[in-house]
Amino acid sequence: MVVRYILILAVVAGLLPIAVPWLGFVFTLAVSKGLAALGVAMLLRGGLISIGHALYFATGAYAVAFLMRDAGIGDLLLLFAFATLITTAVGFLVGAFMVRYRTIFFAMLNLAVSMVFFTMLSKLYYITGGTDGLRVATPFLLGIQLSRGAFDLVLQNAALIVMVASALLIDRYLKSPLGEALGAIDTNEVRLEYLGVSARGVIWAAYTVSAGLAGLGGAISAVAIGHVVPELSYWTVSGQLVLIAVLGGIGGVPGAFIGAFFLELVRTFAVGVAAEVWNAIIGISLLIVIFFLPEGLYGLIQRLERRRPNPK
Amino acid sequence: MIANYLPLIVDGLADAALIFFVAVGLTLVFSVLRILNVAHGSFYALGAYLSVVIGTFAAGHGWPVLSLGALVISPLLIAPTLGPLIERTLLRWTYGRPQALQILVTFGLFLILEDLQKLVFGVQPYSQDISMQLLGTSHIGGIVYLNYQLLLIVLAVMVGICLRLLLKKSRIGKLIVAVVADEELARTVGINAPRVFVFAFSIGVFLAALGGALASPTIGVAPGLGAEIIVLAFAVVAIGGLGQIEGAALAAILVGFTRAAAIYFAPEFQPVAPYLVMVAVLIIRPYGLFGSIGLRRI
Amino acid sequence: MNPILAVRDLRISFGGIVAANGIDLDIYPHELIAVIGPNGSGKTTFLNLCTGYIHPASGTVTFEGKAITELPPRTITRRGIARAFQIPQLFAGHSVIENVMLAVAARHGIWDVMRPLVRRSYRDEAREILDLLTLGDVADRLTAILPEGMRKLADIAIAMALKPRLLLLDEPTSSVSTMEKIPLMDTIVGVLRAEKITALFVEHDMDVVERYADRVLVWDNGRVAAEGPPHEVLHSADVLERIIGVT
Repeated sequence: MVVRYILILAVVAGLLPIAVPWLGFVFTLAVSKGLAALGVAMLLRGGLISIGHALYFATGAYAVAFLMRDAGIGDLLLLFAFATLITTAVGFLVGAFMVRYRTIFFAMLNLAVSMVFFTMLSKLYYITGGTDGLRVATPFLLGIQLSRGAFDLVLQNAALIVMVASALLIDRYLKSPLGEALGAIDTNEVRLEYLGVSARGVIWAAYTVSAGLAGLGGAISAVAIGHVVPELSYWTVSGQLVLIAVLGGIGGVPGAFIGAFFLELVRTFAVGVAAEVWNAIIGISLLIVIFFLPEGLYGLIQRLERRRPNPK
Repeated sequence: MIANYLPLIVDGLADAALIFFVAVGLTLVFSVLRILNVAHGSFYALGAYLSVVIGTFAAGHGWPVLSLGALVISPLLIAPTLGPLIERTLLRWTYGRPQALQILVTFGLFLILEDLQKLVFGVQPYSQDISMQLLGTSHIGGIVYLNYQLLLIVLAVMVGICLRLLLKKSRIGKLIVAVVADEELARTVGINAPRVFVFAFSIGVFLAALGGALASPTIGVAPGLGAEIIVLAFAVVAIGGLGQIEGAALAAILVGFTRAAAIYFAPEFQPVAPYLVMVAVLIIRPYGLFGSIGLRRI
Repeated sequence: MNPILAVRDLRISFGGIVAANGIDLDIYPHELIAVIGPNGSGKTTFLNLCTGYIHPASGTVTFEGKAITELPPRTITRRGIARAFQIPQLFAGHSVIENVMLAVAARHGIWDVMRPLVRRSYRDEAREILDLLTLGDVADRLTAILPEGMRKLADIAIAMALKPRLLLLDEPTSSVSTMEKIPLMDTIVGVLRAEKITALFVEHDMDVVERYADRVLVWDNGRVAAEGPPHEVLHSADVLERIIGVT
C-alpha cells in the first residue's frame, strides 16, 4: 500500500517539473524538507517530538559548504554522502545524551541545542561566515561541470531518487522489529524493558537515523539554493518540519513528502502576499490540524488516544 | 579581595534576577498545569515591547517618571488579558491529553505570537533606557553601580518572598498547592480546579511579562527575543528541576553568575555558558538539582 | 539441588513504610510457588525487587547462581525471568497478536531492521501461545478494548512468549470468573510443567493455591512469615488469622 503511494508520488513528481519547469526547484526544496520531516515523523512514532531538528538540517547544509571550501570536495554524490555521514555522527553523539529524556525534556533540549547551534553559526564569523553565511558553488557530477540549468535538472532527478529510496527504506525500518519497538515505547516503555529490550537503544537508533535524514535534506537544500545561512538552524525551520510531519500524518512515510510538497507550493504562492506572517500561518495551521483535522494527525492521535481505556 | 569582585557579583545577581522572573513563571505553570509552555518567552517579549512603547510615549509627553511605572503597568496589562484568554481557549483543550499534543499546541502558539508581535511592533529594534537613567548610580567603595541593577535584585527577592507567601499563606495559594499535590482529590473535595489553573497561568504570564519589562531598559527589544529567552528559561528550569520554585531561584543565580563571569573572563563563551552548565548538571542529576521523576506503580 | 532463585535479607523502605523487611527464601527448579498474604504486605514490592524495577537498600537476589540485585529489568529478563503484572502491562496501540509477536521478536533479537515484525515464523509462534491461553479469537483485536480478564491473559501470553526459565505471575486469576479459573490454571500449569518452567504466583484465591502450588509462602509485613506445602499452611490457625480479610 505504502509502496503504491510512493510510486504514484514519484511519477507525479517526476513528470511535474517537465510539465511546469519552474516547479522543479520547488520540488527539490520540498524533497529536502520532506526528508527532514520524515526524521521528525520517525521520532513522533515513539512519542518524541523534536522541535529542534533544524539542527541537523543546518549541519548537513553547512557540512556541504565546509566540504567544498575546506576539503576541496566538489562532486555532488560525495558531498551528499559525506554530509549525511557527518550529520549522522553528530546525531549519534547528541543522541547519546538525548535518549535519557522523554516528551517535554526531549523536545526542549532539542530546541535548546538547535538554538545554541544557530547562535554559534551567527557569531563565529571567521569559520562560518556569520550571519551572511557561506556560498555553495555548483558541484560537478562524476567529474563533469554542468551548466546551472542542466545541473538543476540533474539535482531534481537525484532528489527524486533519494525520496523514493529513503521512503522505501524508512518504511521498511518502521515495520521491522526495531521500528515497531519504537512505537511500543510510546505506549508502554516499562513493558518493553520487561521484554528485555533497551528503550534507550531503540530511541538512539531512531534518533541517529532521523538526524541522518535531516542532514541529507540539508545537503540537498544547500546545493539547490547555493547558499547556507544560520537561519537554517532557527526554531522556525524546526517548526515547519514539525508541521509537515504532523500534517502528513496520513499514511506515515509518504505523508512527510506529501506534506512537504503542499507546504512548499503554498509558500511559493504566498511569498508575495504573506511572507511577513509565514510563521503565524504555520502556527495556525498546526493548531487547525491538531484541533479540527484529526485525520491529518491520523497516526499520531489514533495511537496516542488508544492509550486511554475508553477510546473516542 | 571580595571588593574586587563586587561588580561581578552585582552583575551576576542582576542578571540572575531577570532570569529568575521568567524561569519561575515557567516552572510555576508547569507545576500547576503540568504544561511546559513553549510560548512563555513570547510573553516576556510582549512585556518588553509594551513597556518600551509606554515608556517612550510617557517620556515624549513629559512624564519620564511614568516610564518607570511602565515596567509594572506593562505586565499588569498583559497578564489579566492574555492569561485567561489563552488558558481558556487553547490550554484547556489540552488537559488530560498526551504531553506530545500539549507541546505542539504551545509551540503553535509560539509561532503565532512571534509573528503577531512583528506585525504590531515591526521588525526594527526598540530601545528605551530612561528608567535606568532616571535611577542613576551609586558610588560604593569607589566603584560605580547602576541603581537599576540593585532595584532588580531587590525586586527579585521581593517576588520570591511574595510567591512563597502566596503559596503558603494565602487561600488561593493553598488551593494551588492542593491541586498540585493531587488534582483528582482536590476536585473531589470541591476545589474549583479550572479557576486555579487560570489564576496560576496568569501569574506565570505576569512573571514572564514582568521579566521582559524589567529587562527592556538593558537590552535592544527586537524580534527573536522570545525565542532566545524561552531557551534560556528552559535551561534554568532544567537545572533547577521542573516545577521546583526554589530550584529556579538557585539555578537563576548559578546561570547569572556564570554569564557574568563569562563576560569578564571569556566573552566568546557567554552565549553558550548557560547550556554548558545545564548539560553538566543534567549529566550528574538527570532531572535537575531538585527534580525527580516518580516511578510508575506496576 | 541448587535454588534457581535465592533471596537473602532483602530490605527497602519508602518514606516511613517498610516494604521489605528482611526477605529470605529459596525457590528450586520446576517448583510452583504460591505467595499469599494481606494487601500491602509487600508482595508486589518483592516482585519489583526481584526484577530490578527497584533496588533494595540491602540484601541480595541471586538467579541461577549469579547475582542480579543491581541489574535493570531488561537485563534480568534477558537472563531468563519473565513477569506478568497485577495491572496488565500491554502495548495499547497494537493488537493482541502483535503484542505477543513483539515479545517473540525481542527474544530472537530486536535489532532487526531488514525484515518486518509481522512475519510468518513470529506469527505462528504467537498464535500457538494465544491459542493455548484461549485468546485465539481475539488475536487481531486491539488490547485497549479487551475486557480485563483477557488483558490479564494477554499479559501472561507476552511473558510466556519470552520462554523464561522463571515466570513471575502477579494475581493471574484476579479478573477471571470463578468458573474459568480452574480451566485457565490447568492450562497454564500444564504448559509450565511441560516446558519445565519454574513459577511463582501471587494469589488471593485459596482454592487455586491449594490445587496447584507445590509450596506456599505467606507474606506479612514485608517478609516471609510462614512457608510449607498448601495442606499445612492453609489449615494452620496462625496463618488463617494473619490472612483473614483477604479472601
